[in-house]
Amino acid sequence: MISYILRRIIYALPILIGVNIITFVLFFVVNTPDDMARMHLGMKRVSEAAIVKWKDERGYNKPILFNSGVDGTKKITETIFFQNSVKLFVFDFGRSDSGRDIGYDISQRMWPSLAITVPSLFIGLLAYISFGLILAFFRGSYVDVSGVILCVIMMSISGLFYIIGGQYLIGKFLHLVPISGYDTGLNAFKFIILPVLVGLIGGIGASTRWYRTIFLEEMNKDYVRTARAKGLSESRVLYRHVLTNGLIPILTGVVVILPSLFIGSLIVESFFAIPGLGSYTIDAISRQDFAIVRSMVFLGSVLYIIGLILTDISYTFVDPRVRLN
Amino acid sequence: MPVIFITDFLIFLLLFGVIAFFFYGRKQEHLRAPWRDVRKRSLAMSSAVILFFFVCIGLFDSIHFHPKIETDESSEKIYSNEILSILDMLLNDLRLKNEKTYSAPLASYSFSREMIEQENGKQIRAYPRLIYGGTSLNKPESESTADIVKRISLGFLYGLLISAIIINLIIFVLSKLIRASYGVTLQNCLLNKFNTHWLAIFITTLIIIITICIICSLSQNYHVFGTDKVGQDVLYQALKSIRTGLVIGTLTTLVMLPFAIVMGLMAGYFRGWIDDVIQYLYTTLSSIPGVLLIAASILLLQVYISNHADDFNSIEQRADLRLLFLCIILGITSWTGLCRLLRAEALKLREIDYVQAAQAFGVQHYKVMFRHLLPNVMHIVMIAIVLDFSGLVLAEAVLSYINIGVDPSTYSWGNMINSARLEMAREPIVWWSLAAAFIFMFILVLAANLFSDAVRDAFDPRLREF
Repeated sequence: MISYILRRIIYALPILIGVNIITFVLFFVVNTPDDMARMHLGMKRVSEAAIVKWKDERGYNKPILFNSGVDGTKKITETIFFQNSVKLFVFDFGRSDSGRDIGYDISQRMWPSLAITVPSLFIGLLAYISFGLILAFFRGSYVDVSGVILCVIMMSISGLFYIIGGQYLIGKFLHLVPISGYDTGLNAFKFIILPVLVGLIGGIGASTRWYRTIFLEEMNKDYVRTARAKGLSESRVLYRHVLTNGLIPILTGVVVILPSLFIGSLIVESFFAIPGLGSYTIDAISRQDFAIVRSMVFLGSVLYIIGLILTDISYTFVDPRVRLN
Repeated sequence: MPVIFITDFLIFLLLFGVIAFFFYGRKQEHLRAPWRDVRKRSLAMSSAVILFFFVCIGLFDSIHFHPKIETDESSEKIYSNEILSILDMLLNDLRLKNEKTYSAPLASYSFSREMIEQENGKQIRAYPRLIYGGTSLNKPESESTADIVKRISLGFLYGLLISAIIINLIIFVLSKLIRASYGVTLQNCLLNKFNTHWLAIFITTLIIIITICIICSLSQNYHVFGTDKVGQDVLYQALKSIRTGLVIGTLTTLVMLPFAIVMGLMAGYFRGWIDDVIQYLYTTLSSIPGVLLIAASILLLQVYISNHADDFNSIEQRADLRLLFLCIILGITSWTGLCRLLRAEALKLREIDYVQAAQAFGVQHYKVMFRHLLPNVMHIVMIAIVLDFSGLVLAEAVLSYINIGVDPSTYSWGNMINSARLEMAREPIVWWSLAAAFIFMFILVLAANLFSDAVRDAFDPRLREF
């Protein structure tokens, strides 16, 4: 088991190196630090000295790949590639273009993100599985058909509508919870309800439909026919056999996104003014802070790859047919 | 003087491709049979009619030109700097009827109060009359409801008349095609005895044409969806946004398709190190969160545009480049799924007898892939195209909201929502921009969803989710 996990991690390294190179090329080769400096300092009429100063302050004043001006290993280490890209591997994110420590900001801002994403995930999972199971139970009947139609309609509505509508209806019209904002400790609860609810409703359509098909596929399998032939009641067939087997694809699908929960949701966080990593990224995008965006791209990829490894491992737990190697 | 944007060119290339594929597919029984199944479904045919109308509007909006400026001397032609499309000419009424600021749908008065000088010289704060809303009325308070009802019923009657003509025309052409009498054809259509669900098509056409006629009749005297902050007609914006939505939904797939097909087939067919390299490539790309990759790329495009501002002749061209770039980036983030599917399918197909036989005869590899593998994965490609469409249209709105979508000067539903969002705090609220954007987006996406469901079911009932 441990050797398998180690091997998977070693396999993941080339992918991380690939991600690193892609971000490096995007941020430093396609547009040079000079371009960035010009963009920040204001287009054309900017003196050469100001650009040099801007680059000095942010450590972009080194050669890109190879520094011939110094000796020994410094030829490699005193470069933009090493200072800004390779260091990401040890989670040294450096400083943002406005001078703040990115690593510290991330460690502070991941908690509000988790406060939204974790309840959303688990309440959502519970709700969608129940709905999917209900529709599968009533398959072919009017309940099923109208449920599926409702799902398609809800899928076709833009997610922005749910957010804006929810904010207006619950926050502004009914005055039940604040429209947006965040607080520390237990006070955060009232700020969390609305985003979680909106996220839940927004995902109903697609998820319920998908879970329904998973359950229906299970229901057509031989073991279900056997269970019915044995004389088990329909509810027992459903809960004991269909649900447990249908959970395998659902749970492994959830495991992939588990690590990415840290990143939070860009859209929801910025709409509800939650000081999490999602709004951190959005702010960085609108401020054009390349250092933060670069760090978040790398962090997001790392978390996704961890998710992939976890998925492979979790398969071996839930499905004995899957062997390691 | 015509102007051709890159996206215009690609749209017509795509249209040409679709038509070519249609004529190719007509001869292939394995493609015809599933489409016959699609044609039998009422919901699919209704959605197809709706999509057809949207596509028509989008195509009209994709033919651009510099309009001629009217001058007295006929010897010299002068073209304006403005770039218009055929749709702009059709909607000239809507385009030019600008108010000062917000006005509610079907309103005769402005949304906000202003100082008005009365005839006796006194100044009062009141809601001024709109320039183009309810102009024919003397006392809008009492007359406007009656006028609106009159116009709606007039539009309804026109709609009935026009759709009756169109439907009869279709039945007439159909009766000539199947060499039956008009009456028999009509009866068979109504009883739904043809392979195609004509009844659904007729009903949807009827509803759409009546709606269009009612809106036309109302917009002669009112702003049907109100006006926005700078007084522009919201209906016009929503109609112009259709092209953006369609471009994002279709060109993205067009851009990614060659990569996904070539790489997926190569990986599955050759296996070995080629497979490893391609797998590595798509795992790396798909492990970067899509939104962040898009954000990073758009940021870089902004840097590029601001540093090379001189290279672009007009704002429209710059916006068009950004739209195309967005399509490419969305394509890069979304081709991996299709590539993975095609690889798996090619792995299976390469073991099948006819491929083995072709190899034994010494057929070249690329010919085997092109002649034997590609036609057998075409259904997967087609399903991917139609399934991706609605998701991309919705994604555009979200991306525009976080300012990494289309250019702010481009008409798009995302930009409409984004600019209207800030006005939610007003009292009474300005809801019509949001409503128009959401309604148009909803109709397009719902139609696309229903249609793609039917296509997917017809082509591969077992391939439910990917």
